[in-house]
Amino acid sequence: MSPFETEVQLAGSGPESYFSMVIRRLLKHKLAVISLGILISILIFCFVVPLFFKYEPTYSDFSYLYGSPNSRYLFGTDNLGHDTFTRLMYGGRISLIVGFSAAILPIIFGIIVGAFAGYYGGVLDNILMRITDAFLSVPSFPIYMALAKVMGQGVINIILVFSFLGWMVDARLVRGMFLSLKENEYAEAAKAIGVSNLRIMFRHLLPNAMAPILVSVTLTVGGAILSEAGLSFLGLGVPSSTPTWGNMLTNAQQDIFIAPRLVIWPGIMIFITVLSFNFLGDGLRDAMDPRLKL
Amino acid sequence: MDNREVLVDIKNLRTFFYTEDGVVPAVDGIDLTIHQGEVVGLVGESGCGKSVTALSIMRLIPNPPGKIIGGQIFFHGEDLLKKNEEEIRLIRGDKISMIFQEPMTSLNPVYTIGDQISEAITLHQKIHATEAKKRTIEMLHLVGIPEPEQRFSQYPHEMSGGMRQRVMIAMALSSNPELLISDEATTALDVTIQAQILDLMRGLQKKLGMAILIITHNLAVVAEMADTINIAYAGKIVESASAREVFKSPRHPYTYGLLKSIPKFTEKRTNEPLPAIEGMVPSPYHMPKGCRFNPRCPFATEKCREEEPEILELTPGHLVRCFHPIEP
Repeated sequence: MSPFETEVQLAGSGPESYFSMVIRRLLKHKLAVISLGILISILIFCFVVPLFFKYEPTYSDFSYLYGSPNSRYLFGTDNLGHDTFTRLMYGGRISLIVGFSAAILPIIFGIIVGAFAGYYGGVLDNILMRITDAFLSVPSFPIYMALAKVMGQGVINIILVFSFLGWMVDARLVRGMFLSLKENEYAEAAKAIGVSNLRIMFRHLLPNAMAPILVSVTLTVGGAILSEAGLSFLGLGVPSSTPTWGNMLTNAQQDIFIAPRLVIWPGIMIFITVLSFNFLGDGLRDAMDPRLKL
Repeated sequence: MDNREVLVDIKNLRTFFYTEDGVVPAVDGIDLTIHQGEVVGLVGESGCGKSVTALSIMRLIPNPPGKIIGGQIFFHGEDLLKKNEEEIRLIRGDKISMIFQEPMTSLNPVYTIGDQISEAITLHQKIHATEAKKRTIEMLHLVGIPEPEQRFSQYPHEMSGGMRQRVMIAMALSSNPELLISDEATTALDVTIQAQILDLMRGLQKKLGMAILIITHNLAVVAEMADTINIAYAGKIVESASAREVFKSPRHPYTYGLLKSIPKFTEKRTNEPLPAIEGMVPSPYHMPKGCRFNPRCPFATEKCREEEPEILELTPGHLVRCFHPIEP
């Protein structure tokens, strides 16, 4: 091949799409790649491995309380003879479901509030943002506790409570994005071909705001898993009969000196999961900012 | 020319911007007539109200701070300013289309150009997606984009500025508008591409027969394209005539000055500097009293500083807003 042909090929390949650029840059980010690997492993551990495993999370072996790890019970058993390994898997399901739902519901609500406030501006913006400010000024933990008491304990309730008090930061983020995005020529051009305001907001502008939103979701998942663990630890989260990583910590607290591994295992799971989500979020943020050299 | 039906008739349009520093009368009494199939040029310096006029027709004035405070814009005899938001939305992109100055940023970076043109089509015509795709490829072909089938699934960043402006034109023309507003559509392009785009627009105008309102600060652009030329200065039309008339015998001192300041290749070279219009465009917050051009006008008299001239038809079809028009 002559050098000229190479030139032509290079010129013809064209710039890559934004999506493939993000993937390429994310793959360069070592911590993010490792975190992504860990998170995928945890997802498989919680959602796939139990399908091939013999114990139910509620199965109790009363002949083997506080049992040490052996070939039957890989991580030993707790005070009621539950298999810790099985409960870590099933507990992880609830924790992850709570984490994802409590990140996605508030972002949806935050997107709606932020989009309307940022796009329309003026009086509507003022009203929506003052409501947001008011919600931000509420001390969230006492409200979590009060709402958990009023609404009762349960997975759905805890997701709703987190969503109710978690949308404000997302709303502000999205509003900021929309304030600048709506000034783009393509928003005006879309208006000029007769696209309605709603469609401009959610079809034309929202996809352009996805990068920071995705980062925020990633970071919120970690935060929600932590909050769930905290509330469950206080006995206000998911009912203690349902295994979650937080509940396992709670149940183990009186046994911390008898069988410290009962605290250590769920603790490590929470720690690794949240840390991985945070690293992944950081990696995504760097990968999605084209101005940043990696 | 005048036996064609009137398509757009703007009467005494006034669009003001209410800023923190004061009121800006961006458009202060503009009259403009566009006949069916006519190419009309609207020429003036930055800040003379050209783009605001275009945005007023489309009812795209950002409010706040902008507001259309007076006048009428008749389109097929119906006042666009009296229509509600939904009615005007159905006219935009269907009967009246607009192309903007910045082809690099007027396309949404996250969708393919095919998606974007198809959207413009399906917005106004109830047709199936496969039909819309067929029509999109036809449009891409029409605006001279090579390999339209492949281009359909390309993203805006994969195209050059000239190509993107062709895409914008394809989008604007996709539902056969009766009026195309071109707001400095070729200004951001280099001269060779500019000439290609102007050629394309002229060809399409002949083929499809829509009227075009060309907004530009470049007299050469309208000289090539327009049937009628309107010269705007500080929010008002100061001269309106056929393109031939304007270039052959400008009557308003401002138009005269503009034409004088273009170097001519036919004249013998001298060492004289190129004539320029003295002074600066008046600040929109402090419009001069009387004729707005009087501080810069070499022919200004006491009357010009006191009274504002009306626009008068000096010869048939040639309107001038001046007390002392230049004799042809």
